[in-house]
Order: sequence, then C-alpha cells, then structure tokens
Amino acid sequence: MEFAGEVFLIILSSILVNNFVLSRFLGICPFLGISRKIETAVGMGLAVIFVMALASVITFGIEYLILRPLNIEYTQTIAFILVIATLVQFVEMVISKSSPTLYKALGVYLPLITTNCAVLGVAILNIREEYGLIETLFNGIGAAVGFALAIVLFAGIRERLELSFDLPRPLRGFPIALITAGLMSVAFLGFYGLIK
Amino acid sequence: MKLSKVFFNGILNENPTFRLVLGMCPTLAVTTSVASGIGMGIATIFVLLGSNLVTSLLRNFIPSKVRIPAYIVIVATFVTIVGMVMQAFVPEIYQTLGIFIPLIVVNCIVLARIEVFASKNPVAASVMDALGMGAGFTLALILLASIREILGSGSWLGFNVTGDLFEPAIIMLLPPGAFIALGLMMALLNKFTGRVEE
Repeated sequence: MEFAGEVFLIILSSILVNNFVLSRFLGICPFLGISRKIETAVGMGLAVIFVMALASVITFGIEYLILRPLNIEYTQTIAFILVIATLVQFVEMVISKSSPTLYKALGVYLPLITTNCAVLGVAILNIREEYGLIETLFNGIGAAVGFALAIVLFAGIRERLELSFDLPRPLRGFPIALITAGLMSVAFLGFYGLIK
Repeated sequence: MKLSKVFFNGILNENPTFRLVLGMCPTLAVTTSVASGIGMGIATIFVLLGSNLVTSLLRNFIPSKVRIPAYIVIVATFVTIVGMVMQAFVPEIYQTLGIFIPLIVVNCIVLARIEVFASKNPVAASVMDALGMGAGFTLALILLASIREILGSGSWLGFNVTGDLFEPAIIMLLPPGAFIALGLMMALLNKFTGRVEE
C-alpha cells in the first residue's frame, strides 16, 4: 500500500507539481513550435506519451543491465540518445505497418521527438533519482501526460489569441506565446504546496 | 564568403535565441544567475565548436542516409567530454546546471548548425559559424540572466547592485519570470528592429 502511495505521488508530482514544460523547462521547442492548433497539439501529446513511456523503461534496462555491469556509465549520454533515436525510428516503422490511421495522426510528429529534450531528460532524471522499474515507468508516463496537458491547454489559448483581439505588432508570434506560457506557469505554481 | 561576416551573422542577423528561436530549454532554465548563464554558454560554445569542426572535416565521408545518427554521435561525444571537464574543474556550476549539461546533446542549435552549415561548408567557415552562434547564444543568456538576477535577487554575478532600492521579486527566479522576461525582451527587439512575424 505504501508503495502504491509512493507511485501515486510520483505521478501527481510529474504531471502537476513539477510539470516538465512549465516548471522544469524540458520540451520547450515542440511546446512553442507545434501548438498553433489543438489537433496537432493532441497528436504531438499522444506521440510523446507513447515514446516517453517506452524510452523510460528501455533506458532503465540499458543503464542497469549494460552500462553499470560494464562500468561504462560515462557513456550514458551517447547510449541514451542513440537508443531514443533508434526507438523513435522503430516505433515509426511499426506504427506505419500496423495501423495506418494512427500513423496518419502521429506520423509527422514522431521524427521530431528525437530532439525533444523531455524524452532524454526523463531518462536521465529517472537514473539520477534512482527510481526502480515501476517508478521509472510511471514517472515517464506522468511526465509525458504533464507535457501533453500543457501543450493542449496552451494550444487552446493560442487558437483564441490568433482570432480574438488586436495585438500590438511587436508582440505577435513568439513573444506573446512566451508570455502566455509564463502566465500558465504562474497557475501551475499553485500546485507547489500539494506535495512536500 | 567572408569569415567575419559568418561570425557576426550568428550574433546579430541569425541570433539563435532571438531570431531563430532555438535552444529555448537551456535559455529559460539556466538563466537564474549570470554565472550559470555564462557556464552554459561556454559549454555550448565548446560543443558547437567541436561538432562543427569534426562534421566539416568528415562532410565528404558521411553518407547522407545515416547522417543524423552520425551527427548525434559526434555531438554526444563532445557533450560527454564537456560534462567530465566541468565536473572536474567547476563542480559548483556543474551541480547548478545539472541535467542541462547532458541535454546539450538535444539542443536544437547544435544539430541545426551542423545540418544547415557545417555539413556543407569548409572547416574555417564552420569554425567561425560555431563561434558566432555560440557567442550569440551566450550573449542572449547573459542578457536574460542579468535581468532575472538583478530583479530577482538584486545582484549581478553575485555582487549586490541594487542596494536597498527595492525588495527583489522572487518571481523573476521562478519559471514564470523566465517565460515573461524572455517574451518581453523579444517583443522589445521586434519593436526596435521593426521585424514582425505573422
């Protein structure tokens, strides 16, 4: 029971309290780049959840089954980024063969995930926090759900921003997007007291 | 192409932070103090320099089909080196930057410069491009970090500069401060250069 509670805390913390985008600054590039429309944001969010859950577990295996026994932890960065790049390619191939509809929805976003620092970030954080396998899996899922939540909310705000009012010209585009993200981040600060 | 032009291109016309909007994660994350901004800037310059140099030397040997994995290995190698060097010589800055040192490997600036510039240009120009881009990135980091450190903790590079003029606003050190400060800086820059994106 205690373990379940701990896992629940990890999920809650990675989705809301330490939201990857809004308080840890991981995955900002896709967050700003692919959030003009809600549909694309949803697609990106789903693709990231899928890849991050897989990548968390696989990098966990690489670290504890290969790097540590061989005493080559210093190659962690190289090993992890190669594994993630390969994994993304592999997932893309599998999805394109097995489910064309899903591929249509996620296809464009998959290659972009390789350079999404949230994926490599969660893999490294899992090792640094010394999580076990179950915790690693749920931390990966939680972080990705947090990313998806942030990007979808953000896309919703941006869609309205583009339509609704007359913005001063210098603020258009990235400046107002960053300020919007800042205000969302203020809102997420409200979750800080949730976990000690 | 003149080398000095390549260098200043990275600082002004194609400033990676303000113009190309690349490498946002480290820009926002490490600018809570000027010292860590400079640390991140120097680490990125080193990685950019090394990977631009090596890619440019190998540009006729890397098959285009496997170029991305090859680039990633080159970048990751230099990131590992820089991580080890910083851990040994400046452990405090290494601690503060934490996870963002290994994450230089996915900093879009590095991969973008390799793909756009170093893989198509001779060595000297690639080195200048790396230095210019790195300098532009570092300047942007220092500028943003200065604003955040002065407003957020009333000091600059650790020295108290505001005296008792005002109570430092902690929000500038928290995540929202980073987003809002960078957004306003970009807006100001657009205002003065008359550049508008649609």
